[in-house]
Amino acid sequence: MTSLLPDLAELALGRVRDVVRAPHPVLSTACADVDPTLPETVTLAADLLATMAVSPGCVGLAANQIGVPARVFCLDVSAHPKTRTHHGRFVLVNPVLVEATRKERAREGCMSVPDLTGDVRRPSRVVVTGFVPGTGAEVTLTTDAFEARAIQHEIDHLHGLLFVDRVVDAHALHQRQTYL
Amino acid sequence: MGTSFAITVVGHDRPGIIAEVTGALADLGGNLEDSSMTLLRGHFAWTLVVTGTDPAVTQERLRPLQDSGLWTTVIPLPESDAAPRSGVSYVLSVHGGDRPGIVAKLTEVVAAAGGNIVDLTTRLAGDLYVLVAEVALPVEADVALLERQISAAATSVGVGATLRPEDTDLL
Repeated sequence: MTSLLPDLAELALGRVRDVVRAPHPVLSTACADVDPTLPETVTLAADLLATMAVSPGCVGLAANQIGVPARVFCLDVSAHPKTRTHHGRFVLVNPVLVEATRKERAREGCMSVPDLTGDVRRPSRVVVTGFVPGTGAEVTLTTDAFEARAIQHEIDHLHGLLFVDRVVDAHALHQRQTYL
Repeated sequence: MGTSFAITVVGHDRPGIIAEVTGALADLGGNLEDSSMTLLRGHFAWTLVVTGTDPAVTQERLRPLQDSGLWTTVIPLPESDAAPRSGVSYVLSVHGGDRPGIVAKLTEVVAAAGGNIVDLTTRLAGDLYVLVAEVALPVEADVALLERQISAAATSVGVGATLRPEDTDLL
């Protein structure tokens, strides 16, 4: 598995940011494209990785979840039991979903909506393009299963959408259980 | 915030019921919190939790709905009911030929295992009876034993039943 993350010292220097919660308006904001080669984009990528690393159970974070309305997200589903294909720990800038097929239903939760879960149907096979922070290299990812779901959840964030915008029906929204 | 109370609205379905009830609550300064509404064999059925207004005044305000076949109740809720939910989520699915006692038999087994039903839908479609329940099981519950007990209970009333984990993907 080739890492999508460039070997940049700056990416290891992120600071942990607060994760904003709905109904914060930045979560309903369509985020803007950014230049993947700018130092502030690399800093944002580093902050996303640092914040994901300290958040228990977190497999992905969109930039607006830490208050920045930029089209950048990080992901790492490599340790999740539902993962089949995966691309390790990575950050994607200006991602675009170019193919999506085979919808499957699953229950999702989100750090920005901590008290609720919802049943969401999403394609389980996707092709996504985007840019690597720092180098600005354009990449195309073909993936499936849990990584496909997670990528779409993060791209939804960048469009200003939460999973609650996608729940399948009126009785598919649930209180989240706490595990004691 | 303030004291919570529950409102139930049950009866003849027609367009506009929710707009009328929430309009009345808004006029009274009431704040609609959790609610769940569905049609039960074509009858409108809605339960709401409301704060911010007076239960007796609310009951009087909603009473005219009786003229269109809708019956309302207003019930104060104790503060302590807002306990956090805990446990591991499972979905119990039951289906088979309709007969008295299916729900009682199956839910008795769930209760004996300490399972708390947090969501429930039952539907009768012709002769087919279907139950889908979300159950919060204690972390220490013996799930394999409960599955055998559910299977035995289902067999005793001539239906099939499955219990499956409902895990949430935190993204």
